Amino acid sequence: MTDGVLLELQGISKSYNKEVLSVDRLTLKKGQVYGIIGPSGAGKSTLLRIINLLTPPTNGVYLFEGAPLPTNGRELLKLQRKMSLVFQKTVLFKDSVWNNVAYGLRARGYQREEVKERVSHLLEHVGLADLSRRRADTLSGGEAQRVAIARAVAFDPELLLLDEPTANLDPVNVELIENMIRTLNHEKGITVIMVTHNGFQARRIADEVIFINQGRIVETGPAEKIFSNPEKESTRMFIEGRMIF
Amino acid sequence: MSRLLEGVYEAFQLIVSFDPELIQIVLLSLRISITAIIIATLIGVPVGAILGLKPEKKTRLLNKIIFTFMGMPPVVAGLIIYLILSRQGPLGILGLLYSPTAMVIAQVFLASPIVMGLTMVGIRAKGSEIEETARSLGANSALATWTVIRESRIAILGAIITGFSRVVAEVGAVMIVGGNIAGRTRVMTTAIVLETRRGNFELAIGLGIILLALSFIINSILYNIQKGGKSDD
Repeated sequence: MTDGVLLELQGISKSYNKEVLSVDRLTLKKGQVYGIIGPSGAGKSTLLRIINLLTPPTNGVYLFEGAPLPTNGRELLKLQRKMSLVFQKTVLFKDSVWNNVAYGLRARGYQREEVKERVSHLLEHVGLADLSRRRADTLSGGEAQRVAIARAVAFDPELLLLDEPTANLDPVNVELIENMIRTLNHEKGITVIMVTHNGFQARRIADEVIFINQGRIVETGPAEKIFSNPEKESTRMFIEGRMIF
Repeated sequence: MSRLLEGVYEAFQLIVSFDPELIQIVLLSLRISITAIIIATLIGVPVGAILGLKPEKKTRLLNKIIFTFMGMPPVVAGLIIYLILSRQGPLGILGLLYSPTAMVIAQVFLASPIVMGLTMVGIRAKGSEIEETARSLGANSALATWTVIRESRIAILGAIITGFSRVVAEVGAVMIVGGNIAGRTRVMTTAIVLETRRGNFELAIGLGIILLALSFIINSILYNIQKGGKSDD
């Protein structure tokens, strides 16, 4: 196993009627924030779903911390529990904010006291303590997305996957969520992969940027380099807003 | 009109005086229909949930079969159960015909497809995104399915209410397999038919009022249960 490597994908592809994603090689390091950018329909969400084991790839090798995908269902679940995914369309359970945030802990069999301690600490930490008793279906869009992120990190995953977490949110909530992501990465060391349409957001948050177009990884590199001096013309076109899609 | 009012007045007399015959019929009706809807729920909800979580194209034939059974005429259901339970039938040896058990079986046969089909439709609406959210948070298959069922509780309670309304009000199936035997298999609906034919409108109207009232009470209880969601902190 290579030191510091969290995830490695080799020759991963996904086809339905036609191929929608083909990744020759992608290596993700621990503790980094990755921004996946690209036009609509480029395969960004499919890549997140494959990483989260929600969608099986058609072909390829998936290595998590150097180990291949287990074939045993129990081991597969154990691996899936090392990560969590926040979807673009927030789905909160019809329950209190508290019970939503506690869901993943209870699924992992945490004891009642530990659930209580972790949930109250986390809600305090991310500024949601006042909402703990509120029914999740009464929250505003921004509050709901913050609860969804809190719920996804309550059990300290090694990898947090975010699919357009700030789409359709106002600037104040965008800033709140971006701060939340930075804090989680800095303080808990959680590796983050965030899909975003917004190049500026990727530049603000990501250490590394992955540009995907038409189902293929076109370019990866440090955020500053990708945005100031991209190697590929299509990357430059996307960043400069000249890509028609 | 005066006959109807007279009937209503006498019906109330029977109800408030706790007429033993009326009470016996009501209790048997409830016992049979509640038992049937519990069994139908135990069958219909898990199967409906599993089918609802599968892609529609994979369950197309099953969907058509379930929807057909949802609209099955009670007399046909009664006839099928009658043939199965009759002396020459495959389960004739059990001697269940003209018993409350036979009536429960017939009602389960009628209610299960309703609970199953409406659960399936309710879960299909949002089930896959709830299931994926649960799985992305570390739920195993059983917990993910349970979460989908829990999140779809309004649709499922609607399915149960519809199933219960169907069986408590039906007359054809229970008449065929129960035989409407006084003190043994006579329920509210079969008694209403009999008493109307006899011209005993007060008992028929009394049973009709109770049937409507019970339906209202049970539906109200189930409706209130839908407003769950308390915090455990």
